[in-house]
Amino acid sequence: MATVSETVPNNVMAKAIKEGIFAGVIAFLMFSLFVGIETYQDINNQLVWRTRWGLLAVFVAVAAVGRFMTVAFIKPHLDRRKLAKAKAGILEISEEKSFFHRHFLKFALVFLLIYPFLSLLIVGKQGSLKYVDNFGIQILIYVMLAWGLNIVVGLAGLLDLGYVAFYAVGAYSYALLSSYFGFSFWLLLPMSGILAALWGVILGFPVLRLRGDYLAIVTLAFGEIIRLVLINWTDVTKGTFGISGIAKASFFGIWSFDTGSPNNFVKAWGLSASSVYYKIFLFYIILALCMLTAYVTIRLRRMPIGRAWEALREDEIACRSLGINTVTTKLTAFATGAMFGGFAGSFFATRQGFVSPESFVFLESAVILAIVVLGGMGSLTGIAIAAVIMVGGTEILREMSFLKIIFGPDFTPELYRMLLFGLAMIIVMLFKPRGFVGSREPTAFLKERKAISGSFTKEGHG
Amino acid sequence: MATDMTTMTKDTILRVEHLSMRFGGLMAIDDFSFEAKRGEITALIGPNGAGKTTVFNCITGFYKPTMGMLTLHRSNGREFLLERLRDFEINKVAGVARTFQNIRLFSGLTVLENLLVAQHNVLMKASGYTILGLLGLPTYKNAAKAAIEKAEYWLDKADLTDRADDPAGDLSYGAQRRLEIARAMCTGPELLCLDEPAAGLNPKESLTLNALLRGIRDEGTSLLLIEHDMSVVMEISDHVVVLEYGQKISDGTPDHVKNDPRVIAAYLGVEDDEVEEIEEKLDKGIIEEGSV
Repeated sequence: MATVSETVPNNVMAKAIKEGIFAGVIAFLMFSLFVGIETYQDINNQLVWRTRWGLLAVFVAVAAVGRFMTVAFIKPHLDRRKLAKAKAGILEISEEKSFFHRHFLKFALVFLLIYPFLSLLIVGKQGSLKYVDNFGIQILIYVMLAWGLNIVVGLAGLLDLGYVAFYAVGAYSYALLSSYFGFSFWLLLPMSGILAALWGVILGFPVLRLRGDYLAIVTLAFGEIIRLVLINWTDVTKGTFGISGIAKASFFGIWSFDTGSPNNFVKAWGLSASSVYYKIFLFYIILALCMLTAYVTIRLRRMPIGRAWEALREDEIACRSLGINTVTTKLTAFATGAMFGGFAGSFFATRQGFVSPESFVFLESAVILAIVVLGGMGSLTGIAIAAVIMVGGTEILREMSFLKIIFGPDFTPELYRMLLFGLAMIIVMLFKPRGFVGSREPTAFLKERKAISGSFTKEGHG
Repeated sequence: MATDMTTMTKDTILRVEHLSMRFGGLMAIDDFSFEAKRGEITALIGPNGAGKTTVFNCITGFYKPTMGMLTLHRSNGREFLLERLRDFEINKVAGVARTFQNIRLFSGLTVLENLLVAQHNVLMKASGYTILGLLGLPTYKNAAKAAIEKAEYWLDKADLTDRADDPAGDLSYGAQRRLEIARAMCTGPELLCLDEPAAGLNPKESLTLNALLRGIRDEGTSLLLIEHDMSVVMEISDHVVVLEYGQKISDGTPDHVKNDPRVIAAYLGVEDDEVEEIEEKLDKGIIEEGSV
């Protein structure tokens, strides 16, 4: 026994050194041109290059030492812990969840409800503008969009790469109808949703006989068509200039947030002038819209239509053999998802006060889809966490000025946003291939509600 | 009343007339006709590649037959031409349910959820096409409760009550087969079509399957099954139809079919000239069909 415990670390050490050197060589080969050589324009506008061997050495050293440490210490440690757990008979499912874990949703909701006032209290009126608007509202818009797309992708298993089209339909519905006819936000909010749902059905009819990759391509094309129509139909949409001066939402028609208006909210309550009140109001609107989306999704999952969506994701042929009309089932999924996209779109228009086709590019669809996949398809909690990380993360990167101290004064963290983003996604997908919450909650149970492991659920193919 | 019942149970539920199915140059089914009686278990047998599953797919709407008429008589007197219905209507309107040769369960849903999905159309109506149900009206709540009771009934029949809250993909092969049958029964069919229900089952599981199928028949649902396992076919079926190369070669009671020289030839394999010899004799009427 003693010999075994002595020889194993030796083997591990040898292996670790070997793998460390190997990783270093690979890193050297990969980074020698990327990092080791830098091109720049000199004073005569000529492209010249200089070497950065020091930086290259740092990269190679990090890779080599990192690999060595992983193999030599971290992995054996993790294995030992796993073995000890298995010996003690502790299964992952039998572990008691912590108090915080069990009541996570309640904590999250309470936090969201007091969030604007918390930020007012801590950073004051001017400072909280950023936290309420850039973080709060921005993240919640994406939460809502991702929850809407989750109905189509996560529940019904229909890969939609053009979801932003419905967001655009909602935004332009509000922008056009309010600037041409002067309708109020509260009238146009449901109307935008209905219009977007209508477009969902219009798109759905011809394309839902397609499956898998073909469906994805057609939805992608649909997203682009909507955007190109918005750009080129200049008489109505003003093309790339966009529509500006979109009316603000009123406080349910009682108070207005326009500064010139006689029943101005700020004046009526005798507050000092600041745009933060409007932002806080918007924060609660989008929070309410998110809650509506979550409520409807949770309710729909327990209804026959929601179960049919999930069944469709699992096996379409079996659905048909059970008398389920797969065409209308897919259409309702498309329309419901599109409707929430439309709601979010009209909210976006009133919040920005300006819409242009720039806001509805394919990248937006990709980000929303990435949030759904990262969060775990079908899981509302997972998707919300993913939205906080993806959208909040990119916002935080703008704030990371301390990185300049490390990487030099001309380092702009914003430019590395997408790189870090991609890196984060790869890491998450390596460790959590089914997203943050990979398991599925059953919609009905006889004796006990057991979460279903992600290995049984399918991603859908149509 | 009693005589009424017997005539009722003996009338035809499914009449297949001159069914032909062509795939390009291949005639998979060639002028195939048979009848399935109400309240009976009708078995469709034949060697590999005989076209059994093709017949099934025509009946259950997965293929549109090239020619022929498939008439389904419901107990309320309504008749449906299956070849004219859309695929999902065959279950919804005509009351024909089916299972698959390679099991098709919703593996990520629990066993109970599988059975609830099968009751989609009933629940959909009760929930006012989702709108009334979303408002939390009692009609839907009652219907949902009834659906769970129905599911529990079939869980009990299929001996799956203990596994009700487990994902369907986690069940053993035999249990998955039983669940697929239970799921088909939850749609409330008049005719249940089973595509090789005993494939891959061990003898013990085969026995429980036989009991389950007999139970289904005794409750009034007619069955049509494709099967390779002769012990199952001869044990439970009331009526056997034999198919070879897309054509019917025998039709009758299990005993009749068992002794039919053409069936024996098709299954055991004989020299080509011997087949011709027997067919010649049959044509001349020297031996009667099924008399050997």
